[in-house]
This record gives sequence, C-alpha cells and structure tokens, in this order.
Amino acid sequence: MDRKIYFDHNATTPIHEEVFDAMVPYFKDEWGNPSSIHWAGRGPKKAVDEAREKVAGFLNCSPIEVIFTSSGSESDNLAIKGVAFSMRSKGNHIITTKVEHPAVLNTCKYLEREGFDVTYLGVDADGMIDLDELRDSITPKTTLITVMYANNETGVVFPVAEIGEIAREHRVTFHTDAVQAAGKIPLDVKALNCDLLSISGHKIYAPKGVGALYVRRGVRVVPIIHGGHHERNRRGGTENVAGIVGLAKACEIAARDMEEETAHLRRLRDRLEEGLMKRIPHVKRNGHKDKRIPNTANLSFEFVEGESLLLNLDMLGIAASSGSACTSGSLEPSHVLVSMGLTPELSHGSVRFSLGRSNTEEEVDYLIEKMPPIVERMRSMSPLWCEVEKKGVDLSFEEKTCS
Amino acid sequence: MYSEKVMDHFSNPRNVGEIENADGVGTVGNPACGDIMKLSIKVEGDVITDVKFKTFGCGAAIATSSMVTELVKGKPLDEAEKISNATVAEALDGLPPVKMHCSNLAADALHAAIEDYKKKKQGG
Repeated sequence: MDRKIYFDHNATTPIHEEVFDAMVPYFKDEWGNPSSIHWAGRGPKKAVDEAREKVAGFLNCSPIEVIFTSSGSESDNLAIKGVAFSMRSKGNHIITTKVEHPAVLNTCKYLEREGFDVTYLGVDADGMIDLDELRDSITPKTTLITVMYANNETGVVFPVAEIGEIAREHRVTFHTDAVQAAGKIPLDVKALNCDLLSISGHKIYAPKGVGALYVRRGVRVVPIIHGGHHERNRRGGTENVAGIVGLAKACEIAARDMEEETAHLRRLRDRLEEGLMKRIPHVKRNGHKDKRIPNTANLSFEFVEGESLLLNLDMLGIAASSGSACTSGSLEPSHVLVSMGLTPELSHGSVRFSLGRSNTEEEVDYLIEKMPPIVERMRSMSPLWCEVEKKGVDLSFEEKTCS
Repeated sequence: MYSEKVMDHFSNPRNVGEIENADGVGTVGNPACGDIMKLSIKVEGDVITDVKFKTFGCGAAIATSSMVTELVKGKPLDEAEKISNATVAEALDGLPPVKMHCSNLAADALHAAIEDYKKKKQGG
C-alpha cells in the first residue's frame, strides 16, 4: 500500500507542524509545574497563561472563562454534570437532542439514573431540530439545554445562536458541544449566545489529550475532577502544559487560516460528493445540503454495507469511516442516521468522508475513480441488489435478532 | 483486526452468486443488524455438488459466507449439517469477538438451505 489518503478528519487530525514546534520546549526544557513559585515553574506558568489568552481570543471570551481539560468528552461531562448538579436545587430537567455525540448522550443517560429528567429532541430527515419543539419542551424545572453545534457524523450545523436566544428568554443555561465546529466555522461565544462551549485539541490539528471548556462568568459548574486549586478550583490536575500550548497554537492557526481553509474544504467536499453521486447510482446524501460544516460528506450506498466498503477503500490506502454497526463496536447502526429516519440498511451502508487541510483535488479524484467499481462489486454480491434491473429487490428473510 | 484468512476470503470470495434451479435455498439475517446471507445448494444423491452465496454485510459476513461454501462443496448432507458457525470462524483463524454473534451466520444459512432441500424433496 503506497498511497495513503486520509478522509477521516472528524475522527482525528494529524498534528500541525507549527503546533508540534510550539509544544517541543514544554517536553524538554520547560518541564516545571506551573503551580511552583520557583524558577522551574515560571516558564510553564507563563505558557499556560498565554495559551489561555489565545484560546479566549479564538472563542471571543475572557481568559478566566476558559477551563483546560483532557478532551472534548471531559469538557462535555464537566459542562453537563457541572451545571446539572450545581442547579439541582432549582430543577432537574435537561434538554438535549437524539443526535449528540456519546459524550453528551451517555452523560445525560447517567444523569437520568441519578434522578434527572432528560428530553431528547428528535430531528427531521435533514437532521435538523424543530425550535418550536425545543420551546415547548422547556419547563420551570429545566436548568440546562445542551445541543451540539455541528454533528460529527453528518456535519449538520444546528442554529445555535437561536437556541441560545431561546434559552436566555427562559433563563436556562445553554451548553453547546462545538468539537466538530471548531476550526471549520467561526466560534464566537457571544454571537452564539451560549453559556458553555466545548472544544477538543485533536480535531483541530493539536494533540489528543487536551480540550477546553468555555464557562461564562457567573455560571457555576461543580467540578467532576476534585484536586488542587487548578483552573480556579473547577478542574483538579497539574496542567498538561505542552498539550495546552498545542491547543492554543492550533486555535491561533485555525483563526488565521479559516477563511481560506473553509473555501478549500468546501470545494473539495462538493467535488467528492458530486463526483460519487454522479458516477454511482442509488447514492443518498445524509444531512442538510447547505447547513453543514464544509468538510463533511455522509453518503449512503444503497444495497451494500459500510464496513465492507471501508475495507475495500483501506486496501487502496483510503481512510474513511461509516455509520455501520460493524464499525462502531456495537450491534446498532448509527443513532444519528436512524434518528433521521434512515432504514437500517441505509444506515449500515453509510460512509463518512471528512476532509482536512492537507487533502488535494487529486486525492478526491482518485477516490472518485476507485469507488464505483468497489460499490459495483459489492452490489453484485448483495442479495438485496438485482444485477439485471440495476435496482434493489424485495427479499423476505428469516429474522434473527441482533442482540 | 481481521485475520489474513478473513481478508483473503473477503478480497477473493469463493462461489459468489446464485444457483439457477437450486435444490435448496436458505436466507438468514436481519437488515437491522446489517447482515443478510442467501445460500443456494445443488444436491445429487445426498452430496452437495454445488453451492453459491450472496451476502449483504461486513467483512466478517462475506468471509464466513465464502468459507462455508468451501467447507461444504462435495460434502455429504449429514456432514454438512454438522458444520456450525464456530467451525466456520475457526476455519478463518477466528473472528473479532464482536463479530462472533452478529456476522457469523453462514452456517445458519447453510442449515436453512439444507432444510429447504429436505422440505422440497418430501413435498415433491
């Protein structure tokens, strides 16, 4: 396998060279503890302070409103549990959606076991929520609304600013998981009307193991990691200095390059999507055509299964991912696609291509050239496909349960 | 994550297709799980002389389908009936644990095809 093409940037991104260079000193010479008052701690302390300023600049907030965490998942956990528990005496109702990342969904499920009530808003065929339904779901007991900014599977962008406005009208705290939006569309916490916002380092060309949570001044979060006085007593643990420096550098680069980057990604994504849909019959786009982050294409290839497509692509050096159960480690297909009303077969046949800064037109064209024969071969093996009529067949089968 | 044998059978599946005027056809699976297998057999004097499959499913589903056709071709029915899903997985040098249940249906499809053959024979 000579060629290596990476179309899975929503899973993780390679570390940007400038990010790597910025981090190196904090693995070598500046190894001190930022909490120390002596010479060894002063450099790392300064680095963390500067990083906090840069991240705050990226989000348009004040540095004291930024909490560094270990990941997007931790940021989501701290936001949701932190607000839910701190507001418990005022109410126990949380509103979210059915298409959130597991870091949000499973945190909400945990809170249900702890006595909270959670409303999970559904989505339409385009993957969009209904703001009237959101309004109607708010009760006097509602303390938190948590709705993602951009969906990791389909790229669909929710109207976060409007959701934030609704939350403010009802005096409900609003958190948004912006892990997939960061670096792809502007993040301005003031314009977005949010009280809390999560980001993750490794989705924006910084390393794994670092994330951040914006918490608006005046919003109280109960810590989930108890420890020293770090992060103004909101998150214990000696700072991951190199990671924090890397995250800040990545934010700086994202802000600097976003305009150019967005145009580049959208052009490639549209070329990829149109190319595949034109050359392969029975392909369906998943997610709203326009209200999407620019790098993500989620396509269902009818009558074939996603993992088998991924294996074929992988043999050609092309990396992508799928909403098929077989790739999730569970037995259920993507909860996002199922919530959008896709049949299980279409969910299993989905492939997500998520592009990034280093992808080229030539790589996209290589995929467009290689994909049609793969799909054709897999369809020729599929009992759901009629070779003669070039369409699907109705197959009655003996059912066997998954679980 | 997959053994070399699984990848071999996935990349070069044996006996793909459908037998015309098959003596027995077995279809098992569930689209919700993402796996459907259709296996057809030709039987002459209690021996499976030909077998073909069509599968909608993941790498494991396709590899197990392909493997089961290799295992039963030329075998008497009573021997073929003894082949279990575990036998198929073993012949492929094992499957990832999560696939053992959901995608390992090839022997079930074989048994369904044999049953169908027996039913047809009784009826005819």
